[in-house]
Amino acid sequence: MTVTEGSAREVTAAPRRARYLLDRERLLGPALVTPAVVYLVLVVAYPLVLAFLYAFSDVTTGSQSLHFVGFQTFIAAVKDPVFLTSLSNTVIFTAASQFLVVVLSTVLAFVLTANFRGRWFVRFLVLMPWTTPVALSSVIWLWMLDSIFSPFDWFAQVLGIVPPGGHIVFLGQSGLAMGSVIALQTWRIMPLATVILMAGLSAIPSEVSDAAEVDGAGFWRRLFGITLPLLSPVMTVALLFGIVFTFTDMAVVYVLTGGGPGNATQVLSSWAFYKGINGGDLGVGAADALFMFPVLLGLAAIMLRLASRAEVG
Amino acid sequence: MAVVETKALRKEFGATAAVDGIDLVTGEGEYLVLLGPSGCGKTTLLRLIAGLEHPSDGDIIIGGQVVTHLPPRARQIAMVFQSYALYPHKTVFANIAFPLAAAGVPREQRPEKVRWAAGLLGIDRLLDRKPRQLSGGERQRVALARALVREPQVFLLDEPLSNLDAKLRSSARDELKEFQQRVGITTIYVTHDQVEAMGLGDRIAVLNEGRIQQIGTPDEVYHQPANTFVATFVGSPPMNLLTRDDRLLGFRPEEFLPASVMGERSGQAIFDFSVTRVENLGSDRYVYGHLPEVDPEAKVIAKLPSTVTTPVTVGDQLPFAVNGGDLRSYDRQTGVRIASGGAAVKP
Repeated sequence: MTVTEGSAREVTAAPRRARYLLDRERLLGPALVTPAVVYLVLVVAYPLVLAFLYAFSDVTTGSQSLHFVGFQTFIAAVKDPVFLTSLSNTVIFTAASQFLVVVLSTVLAFVLTANFRGRWFVRFLVLMPWTTPVALSSVIWLWMLDSIFSPFDWFAQVLGIVPPGGHIVFLGQSGLAMGSVIALQTWRIMPLATVILMAGLSAIPSEVSDAAEVDGAGFWRRLFGITLPLLSPVMTVALLFGIVFTFTDMAVVYVLTGGGPGNATQVLSSWAFYKGINGGDLGVGAADALFMFPVLLGLAAIMLRLASRAEVG
Repeated sequence: MAVVETKALRKEFGATAAVDGIDLVTGEGEYLVLLGPSGCGKTTLLRLIAGLEHPSDGDIIIGGQVVTHLPPRARQIAMVFQSYALYPHKTVFANIAFPLAAAGVPREQRPEKVRWAAGLLGIDRLLDRKPRQLSGGERQRVALARALVREPQVFLLDEPLSNLDAKLRSSARDELKEFQQRVGITTIYVTHDQVEAMGLGDRIAVLNEGRIQQIGTPDEVYHQPANTFVATFVGSPPMNLLTRDDRLLGFRPEEFLPASVMGERSGQAIFDFSVTRVENLGSDRYVYGHLPEVDPEAKVIAKLPSTVTTPVTVGDQLPFAVNGGDLRSYDRQTGVRIASGGAAVKP
């Protein structure tokens, strides 16, 4: 038998076995994407569609009957004076806490990327608020800010801010209650922002900082001329995450003040909850909640743009 | 222009000394190359001079002033980094202007200086671009312009060519040399590439394990290596070393030629060369083998230029010769050169 050079003696058909199934991209791709799609449909898309349906209907917790009522629910929602209070509270709550988060977490990120003894322990402590369930941490804060047993009162008494035996009553006065809610939200969001900023800081090449030092720049010029500008894209990401988490959050308000005193700390999401679930008027509650939708849509668009720019850059 | 001097300079990282007692004095306007393998301490030494690292011991003197404990900005030095370390968010103009701003040069005087530095390096038309829009060679020039603009006393260059591709590297090397001769600023240049070191340096300091092994002109370092480390680190292929009694005998591959080509000379050493491999590189032939009579263990390489057409094939045993003056001897224990070397006769 003569064999032409280079040709195989025998040709066997490629085995079509199950174990090669996942090597086929037409199967592997959908297989990998499906869990995420199922999750999104069940947890995000389905509730969102429901919210839209409810917002244009007269549904209540008592009756499942859906009658289309047009914009009546939205008109009812806006006419309620608490709605405007909630809207402005939401904006104040978000803006103030996120301003504090950006400033404090930047400082913290610088501290935690520096070398010092016991750094791992400080990092651990800083991350704690993030890993603690919000219900648990809010209850702890509820005690910290208690009108009678607050440890802050004790400090205030010792420092002479309140008379001996006096109390500050954090959650009973509108201004202090808002401040408390903002402080707790800042405390909760800061670890995530800090971790994001630490990652951003470590991504700045050390030679760039060295170059700035050799080029004669002192600490402040290096900070504001080099480091912070290079950190700003990452800072934007941290800020956007913080805004999304805060704008829609009701846990802190719900546990700490229940929207009170009066409606001084009522935010959109808590108001929607009280109105829709506690008040039973699901339609108006859904309409209240949907007022957050355009803001979140805008933020999502900005985040997607940033993400795609980061890919190109 | 200034003289840079280090006195018994040491830098320890944990238990290891990256820089282990270095005394070094540059000439005024000299181009000094620090050459050594990776981990030899050359970059640490440069960073110490720059002020980016603090010495464990010893002193650094720039322009007659002890600067050991001064921050980089007080040292009147400029440094070009391996990655160029351009500020990615600033334009080329703002990059070059940054040291001026840091030095407090009034805003209205900066454009003129920036244009002067950019002109020297031929990057005038790139001033509005961002670093990511530049090629490797252009980035290197921006880094040089940024270093130059403040008219520093000393230039420190940390492997500035290693990020360029091979073709660009040789032209960039020419430009660097020409540029330094034009500005005449004392330059300390770190590299692990001996071709760069030989081509650029007025003097070369060869470093290993945190110590200076030899400092001298490229010619001295190549032809009179002070010890076996320098002998084998500088030169490609490295110097052949044969063990004989308590000495090591050294000669360069290009000094080892067929006896028929060399012709007879007094003091010449002739060895029987047993050939195991021949590599033809076009301009040269590398002949690998050993000398069974002298040191059968040692591998020996002969580098024959293409002008030598003597046929050499694997398995041959041919007489090869070295001129007496080209034979160096080194102490077998310490590796240090023995000055009287060269008195070798055919065994």
